[in-house]
Amino acid sequence: MSGSPIDDTDRRLIRATQAGLPLVPRPYHTIAEAVGIAPEEAMARLTAMLEAGLVRRIGAVPNHTALGLTFNAMSVWDVADEALPGLGPRVGALDFVSHCYHRPRRPPAWPYNLFAMVHGRSRAEVTEKVGAIGRLLGGDCRDSDVLLSRRTLKKTGLRLAD
Amino acid sequence: MLDPVDRRIINALQGGFPVAERPYLDAAAALQLSEGELIDRLSRLLDMGALSRFGPMFNADRLGGGYCLCAMAVPPAELEAAAAIVNGFVEVAHNYERQHALNMWFVVASDDPARLDAVIAEIEAMTGREVLSLPKLEEFYVGLRVEA
Repeated sequence: MSGSPIDDTDRRLIRATQAGLPLVPRPYHTIAEAVGIAPEEAMARLTAMLEAGLVRRIGAVPNHTALGLTFNAMSVWDVADEALPGLGPRVGALDFVSHCYHRPRRPPAWPYNLFAMVHGRSRAEVTEKVGAIGRLLGGDCRDSDVLLSRRTLKKTGLRLAD
Repeated sequence: MLDPVDRRIINALQGGFPVAERPYLDAAAALQLSEGELIDRLSRLLDMGALSRFGPMFNADRLGGGYCLCAMAVPPAELEAAAAIVNGFVEVAHNYERQHALNMWFVVASDDPARLDAVIAEIEAMTGREVLSLPKLEEFYVGLRVEA
């Protein structure tokens, strides 16, 4: 992609909503006022950014740990390339998988090409769920590993640098 | 703790929140709540930490920038110092210690694509450790479903 598809007003809108949408009956009016544009323009710009995929979605971001899902495991799998387009969406559709991505292998240190983040209330629950992914992948998976979280070192939302 | 209405809100409002004059009113109607009750509950869920955020989620790689998952193998004795270096970059949103030889996992995000490689190079120079970059090639799913 060459250049940025957004202008300075869009950037100001993004910055004005980075901390979240105001919890008031007319939140887009509040934001428009902060940016110095009409509410209609703020809404039109956000709608355009949604349609263009610049805004992924508008809504709630759950905090897994606070929801009691204190154990998270990054399960990683070396899945045959030809089987991945079929299997990836099936792993993503499992209701305990929160993130599921195809990423590059970096041999020899890193042979895995499928990542599935699994959340649960206990280590046993997470282990059982990872086992279910393994059964789904079956013989198309050559190798796998599970990386349990030990500590959160930093967690903030996506920020635009000033 | 969460009651069934909270769980319905969390499951229903991870996306699709309207852009409208009175968006909470519209979203509340679909959940058979009043506007005031939805705003109060969202406020409480944010205060108690059940939600880390409520609002638009921007797609860094479509904003002309991008983001990249990175992994590093850091000897335990150097972990705190390396974490301080990595966390010091505003472009690093998440950083986790994990149980693996590759024990530090972080995400670098920027609306300026040139910054991604620059941040990774600076982290390598400052820590003296190799950074493995693992950018997303394809997304199969992102979201969290809470048992209702």
